[in-house]
Amino acid sequence: MTASVTLPAGLPPAAPGTYEVRGSKKFGWGSPVTYLIALVLIVACVSPVLYIILGGFRTNSQITADPSGFPSPWVFSNYTEVLASPSFWIAMKNSTISALGTTVGVVVLGVMASYVIARYQFKGKGAMYSLFAAGLMFPMTVAITPLYLMVRTLGLTNSLAGIILPQIAFALPTTVIILVPFLRAIPKELEEAASIDGASRLGFFWRMVIPLSLPGVITTGILAFIGAWNGYMLPLFILSDPETFTLPLGVANFASQYSVDTARVLAFTSLSMIPALIFFSLFEKRIVGGLTGAIKG
Amino acid sequence: MTPPPAGRPVASTSRPGADWRKRAEIAVLSGPAIIVFLTFVIAPVGMAAYYGFFRWKGFGPPTDFAGLRNYVTILTDPTFHAAVGHNFVILFFSLVLQGPIAILFALLMNQKIRGRSVIRMLIFVPYVISEVIVGTGWSLMMADTGALNTLLAKLGLSNLQQSWLADPDIAMGTLMLILTWKYVGFAVILMLAGLQSIPEELYEAAAIDGASFWQQQFRITLPLLGPTIRIWAFLSIIGALQLFDLVNIIWGQYVASTAGTSTMATYMYLNGHMAGNYGYGSAVAVVLFLISLTVALVYQRFVLRRDTDGALTGASGRKGKKK
Repeated sequence: MTASVTLPAGLPPAAPGTYEVRGSKKFGWGSPVTYLIALVLIVACVSPVLYIILGGFRTNSQITADPSGFPSPWVFSNYTEVLASPSFWIAMKNSTISALGTTVGVVVLGVMASYVIARYQFKGKGAMYSLFAAGLMFPMTVAITPLYLMVRTLGLTNSLAGIILPQIAFALPTTVIILVPFLRAIPKELEEAASIDGASRLGFFWRMVIPLSLPGVITTGILAFIGAWNGYMLPLFILSDPETFTLPLGVANFASQYSVDTARVLAFTSLSMIPALIFFSLFEKRIVGGLTGAIKG
Repeated sequence: MTPPPAGRPVASTSRPGADWRKRAEIAVLSGPAIIVFLTFVIAPVGMAAYYGFFRWKGFGPPTDFAGLRNYVTILTDPTFHAAVGHNFVILFFSLVLQGPIAILFALLMNQKIRGRSVIRMLIFVPYVISEVIVGTGWSLMMADTGALNTLLAKLGLSNLQQSWLADPDIAMGTLMLILTWKYVGFAVILMLAGLQSIPEELYEAAAIDGASFWQQQFRITLPLLGPTIRIWAFLSIIGALQLFDLVNIIWGQYVASTAGTSTMATYMYLNGHMAGNYGYGSAVAVVLFLISLTVALVYQRFVLRRDTDGALTGASGRKGKKK
């Protein structure tokens, strides 16, 4: 089917986390031009984020008087008030549950299904891969209206399960596409050796496959986590009770509720991006490493 | 059950019942994923196709059969035409802006320079934070009395001040700026992964032959990065056609059409979900899906085919060029 062709499978993944350095030796260390470009890039990428964070340290009158200035004096009350408000912590808790639930679900279901596709011989194997790969063609935007109706039919509106299950489903295509090459690259000899040693296919799965495919698993897990953490459209349709709001909805709701209180909105916004940033910075190298296996072609 | 013929490379065989056991394993391992996937991805799309033929407020079974009337309304609605146009403008500029920038970033970050890991982290920041945060922050910055306009005034460039979000001539440019800022990081991740798979020996050989840095990039990196670029472009195209979050957050549902930034998805949200017309909204979803599918199929047919024709043709093609 359609999207099945986008990613060639079966190539052994590169060792994850290794960054080999390529390119010219002449332009290597210490070319001032390179650093200048890097600096411009960083400023461009980071300054809007800094604007949000610094804005939270100002008062509304400071922001009104000069929207592009620095905090003077620094005010901490916006942040402390947000941290003291229950709505922030409720949204934080809901986002954590939603993101962790989605990640665990995607990894468990994804590894199992990818294992079948990668290592079992059976009729309909190609069709199964195509089914998942075709999911790339069904982004959430297309399905969202009927998806809302489906979730409502199942009685899951205003519950976190109502966003976790669809998030798992929509993260499966990427997960399968990334994991299948990883699982296929595990040498046949290992499986035969394990079988001679008396391990069943399932035993092999638990003892060998899971540890060996860990780089790919981590990559897909992170992508699922960040996707769920940042998700806006699905919660917007499914959740209407503030008690179930995740952080993106919380931010949007807070921003419209306190639209006059810009400083507090900025403080709320900056606090809500911290967890995803920490999570990403811990695992950033793994993402590139894991994708290397899947994308090679 | 007949045991599989000798020589067939299957690990655990030749036991009676092994075949049954294998089938059970397949079912148990892949079953849950398939059920979740069919329930929440495939079934809703099928439901949309069905509901699209009804005038339906979303309660009780749909009874008011409308035939193709929903589709006629959509296809003759100038607001929808405008939204489709915006989607394609976004698609075009996403490719043209993000592609070259991402390749340059990736080349830069693949260099051996000090602080590389920090630079890498910081460049991914926009991609990692959520659309809501990006939207909230940027709409405050770009507001008429926001940071950008006051900054311009401070620099003595008051004549450059614009109504960045509301002026229909400028709003699309502002959207493209924000989209590029937000999504270029994702393209960079893919390009970096693609760069990792180019064999180092090629550069060494080229360097020995006296190729300059830029010659190496144009003759080696770009051609070999081709598959990655084409996959990124595919994902980017789909993303552009489905764009919803940022537009909805920054422009709200109502202003988007007057500012000239509405998309098919915001049209669907406004006229389907917000208006409570689920039959109509489903029909819009179907149209949106068909447009995306057509574009994707055309793209796969004419662009991605090179990558799928098999390594054989690719290799012989490359050999042929070398002479």
